[in-house]
Amino acid sequence: MPIERDLRGKRFFVTGATGFLGTALVERIVRQVPEAEVTVLIRPGRRADPGARLAREVIKNDCFDRLRDELGDRFDEEVGRRVRAVAGDVGHDGLGLDEDGRAALADADVVIHSAATVSFDAPLTQAVEINLLGPSRVAAAMAANGSKGHLIAVSTAYVASTHQGEAKEELLSENPFTLDVPWEDEVSSARRLRDDLQAESRRPDRLAGFAKKARGEIGAAGDHLVATRSEKLREEWVSEELVKAGTARALSLGWPDAYPFTKALGERALVEQWAGTVPITLVRPSIIESALAEPRPGWIRGFRMAEPIIVSFARGLLAEFPGVPEGIVDVIPVDLVVAAILAVAARGPESGRPEVYQVASGVRNPLRYGRLVELATGFFQRNPLYDDRGQPISVPEWSFPGRGRVQRQLRRADSVMTFVEKVITALPIRGRQAQLAARIEDRHALAKRALGYVELYGAYTETDARYRVDNLLALADGCDAADRAQFPFDPAAIDWDSYVLEIHLPSVLEHTRVRTKPGRSVVDKRPERQRRAILSPDRHLAVFDLEHTLMSSNVVDTYAWLASRHLGPARRARFVADLVRQGPALLALDRRDRGDFLRSFYRRFENAPLDRLREDSWELFHRQLLTRSFPDGLARVRAHRALGHRTLLITGALDFIIEPIRPLFDDIVCAEMEQRDGRLTGHLTTLPPIGEARAILLADYASSHSLSLEESVAYADSASDLAMLEAVGFPVAVNPESRLSAIARRRGWHVEHWAKAEGGSHRPLPLGPFDVTSPKAVLGR
Amino acid sequence: MSRRPGFVLEVDKSTPSTLFWNGEGFVLEALPEGSRVVYAPEPVKALEDPYGAIRHALLHPVGDRDPLPALLRPGMKLTICFDDVSLPLPPMASPDIRQMVIETVLDMAAEAGVDDVVLVAALALHRRMTEEELRHALGDRVYDAFAPHGLLTQHDAEDPDNLVHLGQTDQGEDVEINKRAATSDLLVYVNINLVSMDGGHKSVATGLASYRSLRHHHNPSTMRHSRSFMDQPSSELHSSNWRMGRLIADSGVEVFQIETTLNNDTFPTNFAFLQKREWEWSLRDRTTYAATSTALAKVPPRLSRQILHSIRSPHALTSVQAGEVEAVHALTTANVWTQQGVDVEGQTDILTMGLPYICPYNVNSIMNPILVACLGLGYFFNMYRGRPLVREGGVVIMRHPTRPEFHPGHHPSYIDFYEQVLTQTVDPTEMHKQFEESFATDPWYVHLYRTGHAYHGVHPFYMWYWCAHALAHVGRVIVVGGNPAAVRRLGFSPASSLDDALEIASDIVGPSPTLTHVHNPPILMADVH
Repeated sequence: MPIERDLRGKRFFVTGATGFLGTALVERIVRQVPEAEVTVLIRPGRRADPGARLAREVIKNDCFDRLRDELGDRFDEEVGRRVRAVAGDVGHDGLGLDEDGRAALADADVVIHSAATVSFDAPLTQAVEINLLGPSRVAAAMAANGSKGHLIAVSTAYVASTHQGEAKEELLSENPFTLDVPWEDEVSSARRLRDDLQAESRRPDRLAGFAKKARGEIGAAGDHLVATRSEKLREEWVSEELVKAGTARALSLGWPDAYPFTKALGERALVEQWAGTVPITLVRPSIIESALAEPRPGWIRGFRMAEPIIVSFARGLLAEFPGVPEGIVDVIPVDLVVAAILAVAARGPESGRPEVYQVASGVRNPLRYGRLVELATGFFQRNPLYDDRGQPISVPEWSFPGRGRVQRQLRRADSVMTFVEKVITALPIRGRQAQLAARIEDRHALAKRALGYVELYGAYTETDARYRVDNLLALADGCDAADRAQFPFDPAAIDWDSYVLEIHLPSVLEHTRVRTKPGRSVVDKRPERQRRAILSPDRHLAVFDLEHTLMSSNVVDTYAWLASRHLGPARRARFVADLVRQGPALLALDRRDRGDFLRSFYRRFENAPLDRLREDSWELFHRQLLTRSFPDGLARVRAHRALGHRTLLITGALDFIIEPIRPLFDDIVCAEMEQRDGRLTGHLTTLPPIGEARAILLADYASSHSLSLEESVAYADSASDLAMLEAVGFPVAVNPESRLSAIARRRGWHVEHWAKAEGGSHRPLPLGPFDVTSPKAVLGR
Repeated sequence: MSRRPGFVLEVDKSTPSTLFWNGEGFVLEALPEGSRVVYAPEPVKALEDPYGAIRHALLHPVGDRDPLPALLRPGMKLTICFDDVSLPLPPMASPDIRQMVIETVLDMAAEAGVDDVVLVAALALHRRMTEEELRHALGDRVYDAFAPHGLLTQHDAEDPDNLVHLGQTDQGEDVEINKRAATSDLLVYVNINLVSMDGGHKSVATGLASYRSLRHHHNPSTMRHSRSFMDQPSSELHSSNWRMGRLIADSGVEVFQIETTLNNDTFPTNFAFLQKREWEWSLRDRTTYAATSTALAKVPPRLSRQILHSIRSPHALTSVQAGEVEAVHALTTANVWTQQGVDVEGQTDILTMGLPYICPYNVNSIMNPILVACLGLGYFFNMYRGRPLVREGGVVIMRHPTRPEFHPGHHPSYIDFYEQVLTQTVDPTEMHKQFEESFATDPWYVHLYRTGHAYHGVHPFYMWYWCAHALAHVGRVIVVGGNPAAVRRLGFSPASSLDDALEIASDIVGPSPTLTHVHNPPILMADVH
């Protein structure tokens, strides 16, 4: 049965081509099946049409490197002629095909459905729509368009459950261990649940909860941003609830999670509805891992199930992992799965009942969990990863405890760190101290991930199901020597020790950003690179916040200085006592809403003589503010100007206070106060330029000066400036407080740590100098 | 009791440890046997009636000048310029000598019916003085009479409207000075002559000049050829100022120079041990030394700085002379030498010095690393006549904590100089070529200099140029007890103790070098034969 000859010139229709298996499949067909043509179904992306996604996500992948080398200049022409994309989505009835797509489907000799949501923690509805309904939709579309093709549906060996014992290559309806649940009910329940959760998530108490959490994360950044964040939290909540619901439902029916559960129901739905109408073959691979030989040993796409666990193990982060040492980890290299599918395609469909082929290694050539851990331990002892100080990391010794114990430990760690994180975020710290919060957040994320792995994958290391491959072996027996050489898929061919040590683990390391070389790393080059980008002559505009970005001061400080400037000692003491007493209330108001805080605080300037304040402000600047300034920050403003960038200061400080710093910038936007007869009224003339207002002001400013925000830099210290930072192409967090620090880290924003000059002022509440001649209050009563 | 002259002690087994200033504190160091310690002469006796002496000087001018009252008439434009906060060190106890002189001048002006009088602080490129500092220098009476009416001004070297270009010297040096002063009918300059570099034509030609004018003598080449600044005939800085001063006089600017000298009674009784010879310390001196040095070492630098900067010196007036600039200055210089000159036989391989918390450019401020270099290599090294105390290729060992601390209000351009220039080069000529212009013309520094209390943007360069002669002369500079990173940034070698420093120095001067320590305070001038 020469596969190459049987498939020559055939027309393939493949779903899931952007996935791991799909990419390998398309490449193998193009490379090894002469004249065969492949149409791939690709969901149009938001920015890219299917053709572009095909080029970028499939053809460009290093899977095609071998073919690229072999064909040289002819590669583009050859691939362009034989592979094309049509728009469509297995999540929609009829696959959402256009005329062209329908024609391609109708003409296809072989339809390979490999699209799936492989994530074990997908929301239930997503798993249902794609995994459960997907196969039937493909079959329905084939029938509707009069296709005579052979449908090969890729499923998973785990549909036959993870129970102990043997799982034969038979339809689930014949399997006594799977419960016979009507798949239609599961579909409608999942959809109803989604609608219910959507409604539930909009209840006032829930909404209040999301808003509170959003405010906790980004602070007083403005209503719009808090609303955006809180809407995102709502959507995440719905999605998380659906994940939980999926896992719960799967567990209740005896599957470890929603993936095999929905895949199993998907098989049933397909067979029940379309067996007899459409020629169907089911292929059930076990855990697909990196290639044994094709297109090259170790080829892998994306981070799959085992890789994160392996890396976490090598980094010493998983102190324990549950599992049974003698249990079988059923892993199968991707190229074997591809070859099996092509062999199935070449043989063609059985008449009548759909055939099932399991592509798994557990029975034929088992890899024991204990052996895998032993191999990995040895490998990482010989090739350790290195920590950020350049020391080798020693891998933990796993004692194979029960899953429950590991989960309990990790949950405890999780709750402790959640608490610590909360406390730290609430502290008024900034700059390098705030990075401590970031480090704790890092550790926490790792712990959470470890818990996630244990919860998700624990079942798979404890399983002892054995997936029989009799059909597969029979298929192999039917192959001639040429086929066996070209399309090998017998799992007996795998030498596990060499596969693990020489192929898989090196490949995993190559795909991970981990340090595999000893010695202290050269300093992280990223900040330097970012700084160069920021200070490129191509930038247009640099916008700066003032307080805590360029100097360590705030409205209360400056007010205290001005108000005490002309006070005698007795009144000065009373003034300080009053201000300290009001401190907590002021701080709380500032946290709630910066705009309200400023407006209410600025009332204190009511009736103050403007001329006097103007004069005192110069003194305030030179004797106080300048001594609390960040020299690196002031130098940066001038560096931008020297490069020809426009510089803009946006601050909630009052105009007369920032007057002395005006020459540093091209322009200044600040708060201005009404005056009457030379005295201030305590009311601002416009809304204070803070929070979201800054983003709007900035946008107006940029457009009126024909500057591009994409090419602009913004410097700020607080999450309340988020809108402004988000508005520009080059945001910079300066001495960020913990919330902004977390945001900047997540988004990879440049962070600057600017400090007061050693020798600068450190007084916590700076007061004006004594007035030698005639003490009299300018501000306050 | 007659005062004792300067003294050179040879250290032997019985010599007690020697006092070194160490920034905001001091330490006793045991110098190797055979080392020399140079002590200043004891204070010259103060004038008993300072006001009387001032009056007498104004009425009996020297050189080709009429007595001051004869130069004053109703309707004239009179400008009184005075030295700024950089003199004297430490600031003297009230009344300041400037107050005494200016009050006397103003009395005479009032008697003569002069009513167009303006006071100008001769800042050059120094920071503007604060109200407290002006009140201290001039007294409340003068301050309150002039300041509220805008008649007490501070020279602004960046004010194009108040500068006048008087021409170029025969060496092509621009002379551009304060317009009000230059266009007055009479310019009275009130000087305090602490060291022999001060005063003379330098008062007006430097104190009232612009950057355009100053750059002709404040540059690496002039500084390198001033050997030393303190030795007027050998100082290129002096010559340049003299050329400018003569041009100013030839342009018709009438200068009535009043110069004063103070004795070297530098510290009040509590700190009297500082200026005594250690083997003559009384029990009380020992106790106060132990108490103050321990206390200063225990408190944070910010606090010790505050304590030391609040010291007011008992400096007393020893001479006052007035009249024509050059004639006045000849007398003044002689008087300065009388107080400070010490004869020293021969040069030394190693020169050691303890650097105090204060120099002319950090009064009420912070002694940053650049000022440390300037005080050691610019000032102390140059306190010689004839030959430098240390031989060519020798080693200078200074003691100072040299913390990388800066006053952001007073020394903003120093911070950037430290970060941007010293990281690239410590060579005065190189930085002059590459960086000076951009610092000198940076509008932000100009703004801070003109409206705040910041030294001019170019000032840190000048401080570094002061070191040029020493940098070219010595083989190595070692700082004991300094912040190692900061010391290396300056291009010097850090050492943790004097012994370490001597060990490091032995690479250059061999295992048994000669060592000379200049005892400070009080300051002295070495006449090296």
